[in-house]
Amino acid sequence: MTRASLPLKIAALGGLAFLHIPLLFILLYCFTTEERSYAFPPPGFTLKWFAVVWSRADIWAAIGLSLKVALVATLLALVFGTLAAGALARARFFGREPISLLFVLPIALPGIVTGIALRQAFGLMEIPFSFWTIVIGHATFCIVVVYNNAVARLRRLSPSLIEASMDLGADAFTTFRLVVLPNVGTALLAGGMLAFALSFDEVIVTTFTAGQQSTLPIWMLSELIRPRQRPVTNVVAVLVIIVTFLPILAAYYLTREGEAVAGSGK
Amino acid sequence: MSLATLDLPARPIGLRGRLSDLLVRRGGLLTLLLLLPPLLWLGLVYLGSLFVFLGQSIFSIDEFSGTIVREPTFATLIELFRPANYDIVLRTVAIATAVTVLCAIIAFPIAYYAARHAGPRAKAAFYLAVMMPLWSSYLVKVYGWKLLLAKEGAIGWFAGRLGLTGALEAWLALPVVGGPSLSVSYTGMVLTFTYLWLPFMILPVQAALERVPGSLIEAAGDLGASPAKVFRTVILPLALPGVVAGAIFTFSLTLGDYIVPQIIGTSALVLGQAVYTLQGTAGNIPLAAAFSLVPILVMAAFLAIARRTGAFDAM
Repeated sequence: MTRASLPLKIAALGGLAFLHIPLLFILLYCFTTEERSYAFPPPGFTLKWFAVVWSRADIWAAIGLSLKVALVATLLALVFGTLAAGALARARFFGREPISLLFVLPIALPGIVTGIALRQAFGLMEIPFSFWTIVIGHATFCIVVVYNNAVARLRRLSPSLIEASMDLGADAFTTFRLVVLPNVGTALLAGGMLAFALSFDEVIVTTFTAGQQSTLPIWMLSELIRPRQRPVTNVVAVLVIIVTFLPILAAYYLTREGEAVAGSGK
Repeated sequence: MSLATLDLPARPIGLRGRLSDLLVRRGGLLTLLLLLPPLLWLGLVYLGSLFVFLGQSIFSIDEFSGTIVREPTFATLIELFRPANYDIVLRTVAIATAVTVLCAIIAFPIAYYAARHAGPRAKAAFYLAVMMPLWSSYLVKVYGWKLLLAKEGAIGWFAGRLGLTGALEAWLALPVVGGPSLSVSYTGMVLTFTYLWLPFMILPVQAALERVPGSLIEAAGDLGASPAKVFRTVILPLALPGVVAGAIFTFSLTLGDYIVPQIIGTSALVLGQAVYTLQGTAGNIPLAAAFSLVPILVMAAFLAIARRTGAFDAM
């Protein structure tokens, strides 16, 4: 390893600063006394916005809906993503490539296309907007996150472990429970957490599948377009950062420790 | 002890045993059973909706009643080439290109430092420092830039403190990139997009740079190439697939976005906004579908070119 030159260091650290400074400003503005503009520097500091958020029923309702949607969408994504990964990790068959493409498509295409397409389909089948229309939209693009995590881990899992288990008399179900599941468990957990964060944060598809319902990102979007008490949005934003950051951090450590899967050295 | 008395595990019997045998012996059946539920979901719910929506681009709208005429026609697709619509497409592609170039310039030093100079601990710190903004809430990040770019906001204040107000005003007075304030200008929009998608550029570039063998760089130096020449003739060509892989993300994400231009940007429409207003207030689903085909086709062309540069191995 060589020492980096000074300009490189400055450019690299400057780039990282660029990535983080806007988030710090959001934190700063939680405490401002100015609620009508983004005046800098803030004219004064107060903690009252945290109390305001605490007493606002609309925010709590939005948080509740977002959490419920994220939970159900994650569970659906876990089931479908794991099944897909199990089928595609090792099997070789005609049409495998287009099918893997299909699983990636929901995040490869612009969210607005996915959103309008689903809205059109709901309209065509006369399905009214409900909790479940939001969940269907979210699960569709969460599947790929779980799929990616699970497929990577399944490919590292040595097939000889499964063969050994069967040679020793375990049937397919016991092998799945005692050999496959413990080895892919952390990858599924990590995928599930990323899916949860993705769903909790999603706004583009949700605008088209929510109707009159308000998830937390939808609430934030309306505040961004027509601001009322601006620091309240900041407090909620910081809350969102925390709620999405914790599962992501956990997912990072889960997949990192998972590098040492049994049989991966082969 | 003879072989005959060897205690083999009992043969699995019963329904469960037979099912297990069937699944193990017929791998194809297992694959099919596993694949069926997710395939039904994505194939039927998702792909079905997609075709229903995009397929309407061959219908047209009755100008008087505003209803959809369900007869195949190319009129709607041809409408894309009307100057007003064509401008929207060109404007969006230009913004996406600017964002991609800026992302590449800012990402390269970060990726280079992390790939070639950082120790294991620093590398983990770099990785988290990139992942954290990548996964933080999209709206929160947009909001952060609204705060910074506002006329009374932090960038204006710092410019004033550093005696750069004149430079900022001169920039805003420029024809295309300027505007009344940063938060309603193309400059602000491009900066916000760059910020949003930067991590998507850093990660593949870093992955590509990590695969450049150190011996190759040493050899170039030993053979008398100056550091600048090594960079130009060895490092840059080998890092290019990573840049292209990153560009796939930055380009496609910018093409489809309609929220950033709504919050930060000028009143001139971009692709995503055009689709949004067409399907909403205008109620012109056929034209919205035709517009939606644009980013899909642009990205398909992009991906076809990217495949040749080996960008897919860098992801």
